[in-house]
Amino acid sequence: MVSLHKPEIKLESLKEDIKDFLKTSGWEKKLQNAVYSELNVFPSPCHPAAPPEHIKEPLAYMRKAQGSWEKRILKSLNSMCTELNIPLAQKRPANEQKELLNKWNEMGTDEPDLSLFRPVYAPKDFLEVLMNLRNPNYENGEQPSFRNHLGLIQVPLKVKDIPELKEDFNELGLNIGQLGIDDSAQVPPEFFENEHVRVGQKVLAEQDSAAAQQYVRQGCPTALRADLWALILNISNQPEDILYYEQLKSNVIQHDLLVDSLIYKDVKLTASNDDYYFVFEDYLYQVLLCFSRDTSVLEHFTYSSATPPKSYIQGKLGMEEYAVFYPPNGVIPFHGFSMYVAPLCFLYHEPSKLYQIFREMYVRFFFRLHSISSHPSGIVSLCLLFETLLQTHLPQLFYHLREIGAQPLRISFKWMVRAFSGYLATDQLLLLWDRILGYNSLEILAVLAAAVFAFRAVNLMEVTSLAAAEAVLADLSTLKVMPLLQIFLFATVT
Amino acid sequence: MPVRIWGDAVVGLRSPVPQVQEIVFRNFYTAFLSVRVQRPGPGGSRRWMTCLRDLCLMPCPHTEEGSQDYFCLHRHQVSMSGWDRGVTSLWCSPLSAHTPGWLPLQGSGAHVPLTPMAARVPVPHSAPPALTGRCLPWTSSIWGGLGVLGGCPKSCPQSVPAPVVTLPVPSLQMLCDLDQVTAMRFILRQPSPVWLHFTIEDLQIFPLGQKSPQKDFPSWLSQLTPPEQPASLHGELPDPEKVSTEVQQMWVLTEVIRARQAAARIGRFDVDGCYDVNLLSYT
Repeated sequence: MVSLHKPEIKLESLKEDIKDFLKTSGWEKKLQNAVYSELNVFPSPCHPAAPPEHIKEPLAYMRKAQGSWEKRILKSLNSMCTELNIPLAQKRPANEQKELLNKWNEMGTDEPDLSLFRPVYAPKDFLEVLMNLRNPNYENGEQPSFRNHLGLIQVPLKVKDIPELKEDFNELGLNIGQLGIDDSAQVPPEFFENEHVRVGQKVLAEQDSAAAQQYVRQGCPTALRADLWALILNISNQPEDILYYEQLKSNVIQHDLLVDSLIYKDVKLTASNDDYYFVFEDYLYQVLLCFSRDTSVLEHFTYSSATPPKSYIQGKLGMEEYAVFYPPNGVIPFHGFSMYVAPLCFLYHEPSKLYQIFREMYVRFFFRLHSISSHPSGIVSLCLLFETLLQTHLPQLFYHLREIGAQPLRISFKWMVRAFSGYLATDQLLLLWDRILGYNSLEILAVLAAAVFAFRAVNLMEVTSLAAAEAVLADLSTLKVMPLLQIFLFATVT
Repeated sequence: MPVRIWGDAVVGLRSPVPQVQEIVFRNFYTAFLSVRVQRPGPGGSRRWMTCLRDLCLMPCPHTEEGSQDYFCLHRHQVSMSGWDRGVTSLWCSPLSAHTPGWLPLQGSGAHVPLTPMAARVPVPHSAPPALTGRCLPWTSSIWGGLGVLGGCPKSCPQSVPAPVVTLPVPSLQMLCDLDQVTAMRFILRQPSPVWLHFTIEDLQIFPLGQKSPQKDFPSWLSQLTPPEQPASLHGELPDPEKVSTEVQQMWVLTEVIRARQAAARIGRFDVDGCYDVNLLSYT
């Protein structure tokens, strides 16, 4: 605002001068990026008559199913609490606080006794719930008919077919350069890679979120990925953001939560056992423990079908002035949750920035993978999309697997719920997540899952049991995701 | 067992409504809606007229899309004869759009922004009765809050969506005025046999002067300002009235922003420093 005090600024040209100032100072771009970010995250405004629950989830039976599922989770957590005689939350004694502060950077060295804790649920429990989802207004007859779906998901959500996916993902086409294909050792870099890197540097120099989102559809150069993702997610790590993270850290020190033990257990069972991610164990605690205390995450519940669990402090049930959310961010972690954070540790090493990137990824994408909704990027739609793609384009394989009791979704579900984290090699995973950000959609997870089945179709046709089918698909670490996606979408005869 | 493939309901009004302003309802698995109204005809008689034909509520009747959504029909939706009356603008807003984009309308020379906000688009006087345009693939249907543009380009997943879509102007338009209405008839159609029931719920009819609850944003925000020519200041002073209006607008904006600051996050999750929680609540 300093320049507006200059005497040559006249009232009649004030509007133009402000506009020019916004342009030259870079604030116009920042405003545009912020607006673009909001457009990406928040749903389109619906009719004013629509109540808040309609914005969360338009279909009444899905809302009900999500409510029942949440109740089950609450019961599970309450019974764990009662059995172990541990409170859900309590203030940490002063000496414990000091101890935790001292070993903040090496919490992985701690070996607490977690044998009595069990994950609140695992992906396969969630799959059972999704399999039983029914629309009461739909003809769910027992007799097989065109109304019944042949897969596990029986709700008639609209999913895209390959022609529609080809249009949506047209930047992945055969004629367009991709990182993950056209940067391989056999391809001279002047064909595509050099120019793509140059454009990426220009996008970063312009600091334009929308341009970055368009750019990453063809993949991010490794050196530019961290900055490009931060630009798309509109994360700038300002001093106030660092301060906010430090505040969350002090909340961790002050209050001990039962979910902390669940987080510890999850990290120990999953990321710590993973060849790629075990080195980041300490970072994972620093992110996830803070995440549980972050009340800003509560905002995403306006557009999520989920509802944060509620409790009352000091046993004052029903008294609203003592009502709190538990955990403070309203998200109860499940088995494998820490794998949403692990790949990000390759890109960001400063805890506050790593934290913000993860939080934004969660409230934009990952929350849809473990809640019941009709959103096109919700896990229910992804499951149906996967099953429909497989059934339509590999009908023999689909039929064979179904006949031997190996419904394909039973194998691919865990891949999609984790966004393939822990299943693909990390460089391949990051190329996949480039496209999630670029297209602002999780549908690519379902397409990749179908593409993996298509790739291993020959071996799968020979198996005669679910266990054997699982064995064929147990190791995805050698797969190259971009060729698989490209062939499935653009080179398969439909 | 006969499959019910269409249904209709007749809504009678207690007394003639001088002018119907808005019709608001919640859909329940109805695919297409037509509306007929009974109005005074020549010679004092009353006759039925179709005012809306086959409004698409569910772009793909076999699937859930649009099945439980809220809809609003407004009297000012452009009628066919409106072209002759020198209609100068069209309103349109998309039902769902995942990324901002543009739908170019060939023949009219206008570009319709597919942003979540409603937009007023200038239409030249020589606009044809039908507008053709390329529909970007992620748009499932185009729905007008206040002025409807066109039909449903994509009806079924089995069909390959045509890249160029003709949106016939009359199909979603109010085909007659909503004045002196004595009865209304809602004709519901659902061609898909997979649904057990279909209907519309929470039907509300608002006469002129009463509007359905509006979203809380200032009216000027819903109008796209045309690109401004920079003011030429050579020699003459600008109109002080104009300048003071603009300054007033900016002042109002700053006041609104200042008033909203109270809603900033504080970030505390405890109650007076206490966060001792024992059991979760089921209600």
